[in-house]
Amino acid sequence: MDSIIKARIETLINSSPIMVFMKGTKLMPQCGFSNNVVQILNSLGLSFETFDVLSDMEIRQGIKDYSNWPTIPQVYVKGEFIGGSDILIEMYNSGELREKLEIALAS
Amino acid sequence: MVDLEEIGAAIKRQIPDAVVTVEDLSGGGDHLQVNVVSKAFGGLNLIRQHQLVYEALKTELASEAIHALALNTTTPN
Repeated sequence: MDSIIKARIETLINSSPIMVFMKGTKLMPQCGFSNNVVQILNSLGLSFETFDVLSDMEIRQGIKDYSNWPTIPQVYVKGEFIGGSDILIEMYNSGELREKLEIALAS
Repeated sequence: MVDLEEIGAAIKRQIPDAVVTVEDLSGGGDHLQVNVVSKAFGGLNLIRQHQLVYEALKTELASEAIHALALNTTTPN
């Protein structure tokens, strides 16, 4: 992957403790899966930033290569990839997500 | 538009002991619910489990022949 794109991605990932690469925005998700993630993080009362991959094809493809994860949305906590819609739903339902985020955000 | 049987076959080529169910959520063949049960998931976190399945469907996902994929992975109990 082009080092400039990689640097852009790493800057974005580290621009907020919780960073979501999604289709659309918090207020206007453009895809059901992206919306799932926004609703879950909202329901946990957590602040997070988002990046609309529909606005930037370089990031849209680059983020998939970066994490070796072929779908959007992608959620990063303190720079670590923690999953997409399916995994967040599963972790949310098991209570693991709240715990993992509280630990990560406290450190 | 993808062939649901081919999706199951592609996953089994990657994960031979997998029991796979593929459901077409939208009728258009590009919004799928896929459930995979395999011993290969044992000891792997969810990200690694899903990456194993994504590896098998790399082409379909990259070409967006599969537009939306809801995935569930479990080990046989």
